[in-house]
Amino acid sequence: MTQKNAGPEKGELILRLRGVGKQFGAVTALEDIELDVHAGEVVALVGDNGAGKSTLVKVLAGVHQPTSGTIEYLGKKVSLDNPGKALEMGIATVFQDLALCENLDVVANLFLGHEISPWCMDEVQMEVRAWTLLQELAARIPSVREPIASLSGGQRQTVAVARSLLLDPEIIMLDEPTAALGVAQTAEVLNLIERVRDRGHGVILISHNMEDVRAVADRIVVLRLGKNNGVFTAETSHQELVSAITGASENSVSRRAARKLEEVGED
Amino acid sequence: MTQNIQKNLSGPQLDRADTRVRNDVGLSGALRGFIDQIRSGDLGVLPVVVGLLLISTVFSALNPIFLAPNNLVNLLFDAAAVGLIALGVVCVLLLGEIDLSIGSMSGLASAMTGVLWVNSGVPLPITIIAVMFTGALVGLLFGFLRNQFEMPSFVATLAGLLALLGLQLYILGPTGSINLPFTSPLVRFGQILIMPAWLSYIVAVIPSALIVFGSMRTNQQRSAANLSSGGMSVPAAKAAILAVALVFAVFYLEQGRGVPWIFGVFVLFVAILNYALTRTQWGRSMFAVGGNAEAARRSGINVQRIRLSAFVVCSTFAALGGVFAAARLASASQQAGTGDVNLNAIAAAVIGGTSLFGGRGSAWSALLGVLVIMAISNGLTLLNLSSSLRYMITGAVLAIAVIVDSLARRSRASHGRA
Repeated sequence: MTQKNAGPEKGELILRLRGVGKQFGAVTALEDIELDVHAGEVVALVGDNGAGKSTLVKVLAGVHQPTSGTIEYLGKKVSLDNPGKALEMGIATVFQDLALCENLDVVANLFLGHEISPWCMDEVQMEVRAWTLLQELAARIPSVREPIASLSGGQRQTVAVARSLLLDPEIIMLDEPTAALGVAQTAEVLNLIERVRDRGHGVILISHNMEDVRAVADRIVVLRLGKNNGVFTAETSHQELVSAITGASENSVSRRAARKLEEVGED
Repeated sequence: MTQNIQKNLSGPQLDRADTRVRNDVGLSGALRGFIDQIRSGDLGVLPVVVGLLLISTVFSALNPIFLAPNNLVNLLFDAAAVGLIALGVVCVLLLGEIDLSIGSMSGLASAMTGVLWVNSGVPLPITIIAVMFTGALVGLLFGFLRNQFEMPSFVATLAGLLALLGLQLYILGPTGSINLPFTSPLVRFGQILIMPAWLSYIVAVIPSALIVFGSMRTNQQRSAANLSSGGMSVPAAKAAILAVALVFAVFYLEQGRGVPWIFGVFVLFVAILNYALTRTQWGRSMFAVGGNAEAARRSGINVQRIRLSAFVVCSTFAALGGVFAAARLASASQQAGTGDVNLNAIAAAVIGGTSLFGGRGSAWSALLGVLVIMAISNGLTLLNLSSSLRYMITGAVLAIAVIVDSLARRSRASHGRA
């Protein structure tokens, strides 16, 4: 059932994970994970709740340290000790919980840790850059000088996405980037993903929304219970994907679909 | 970048494109914004102004000497030491931490000043450097305990309170008290030296000048970058009010002895810390760590280093405050830094508007808060109240300050402000 992406690689291998594992006490969150990300490629990471997607993202963002395995970045073996290091290397992340400081305004959050001229911050230049970034995302942020606490969920998500773009990273990881977004903003984020890909960056996209995943992903990597469970392409049928995610062709999704079909038949 | 800016020049200003936002322009707009802000629980300097008005009315009714120029000069002499300590407390409070050892640290610092300078004959500058270095070391230790062992700063510094007090008693030895020579520059600085009148007046108009020139420059830059610029009416009004108030204050104090140097030095430190907190990356990181430490960490901020720096700054200011206190009292004794010094400093920071919950506050809160605290303490002393009553009243003031802080925080949360 596994359908390896045999097509020619678009670009150079940026990120290569081999045998990566992560344990939280007695719980094995990740086990023997393999993942390749090439330049100019969108890799979707899908899986059920608890499949280990977010843990994998946190390992790559330097938030958690893997208990085993190797991470190669641009051909060199690296250890991602802390989030600062990952950011410096060019791995930017939009976390599922967004990780914004509610007491600071939008500009401060966008530039947090990377302020322009650290000894005498250039607020005007930062604000201009903030507005241009947000306009690229077609964001509807009323004011960049309001604290994050006054923004809605979708607005916060846009700010988090904008922040990941600020440092012009090699790889962007988006953990459920469209979960709280409106129709237009979702489309803009998908456009953005394609734009970032066309610029030659790698994108790792985590989403439960199969439509979004199919729309932009070059490869779909399925995780199940902390392990690799196949690599697919956007052409793979929905059923095949669902069965890879849930681990069986006979699953709650297919049963529900069958039942609905029966009901329709009865009518 | 420049392309974007030029492209936008034709359209509406970058930050005025959204029509849903009410833009408060000019003086009436600023007033409306201010009222909204107060209503939502963003109190700013309001509690301090109300507090000071209340205090001066009550105390001057009970004893007219309270508002006499020379009494206010004395009040400023007293305020500098506790103010410096409160300035350090602002830093740890911004992170949502606390330092309860500041009183003991200042006591140890004054004891060290006595032992090193008076008893051992070490030159004064070297003594002060050694004292501040000791403060920095103590701060490093607290930061280390917090970072490496995740020891709550409350407990770590409570232990520090006892340990440092012990050290203070130990180095003072059996005599227990060292008098500093009255003619020495340090004691003259703490008790007598007054800024020349012309200098006081110049200093009094500096803030207004900074506001006017600062906003002119910002407005220029903003309109060059196609951002809205607020116009000059609000900054001009602010500057005018501030200038009138400060010049009047200086004029009033000049009717007595004038503005003490010790207070001037304290204000200088406040200004420096204010710059560091508002305009540097370090300050931004402090607010970020206080607001959401995990988010700050994921933004690449070295949270542990920021914590360390906050504790170091706090203890160093506490040490310097101890030297100031010794200068003010012309002695280093076992009583230095004990009693209500700790709580006065923390209360000053909180009353001034620095939140106990982290992520909100400013350097000015130490200055404003210490004026309130010192006014209360000074007024109670004028009324010849015993220390038992003074302790109870100061305790009540601290409790009220924390209640105001909590209520304001709750209100801000429900109004969607951090």
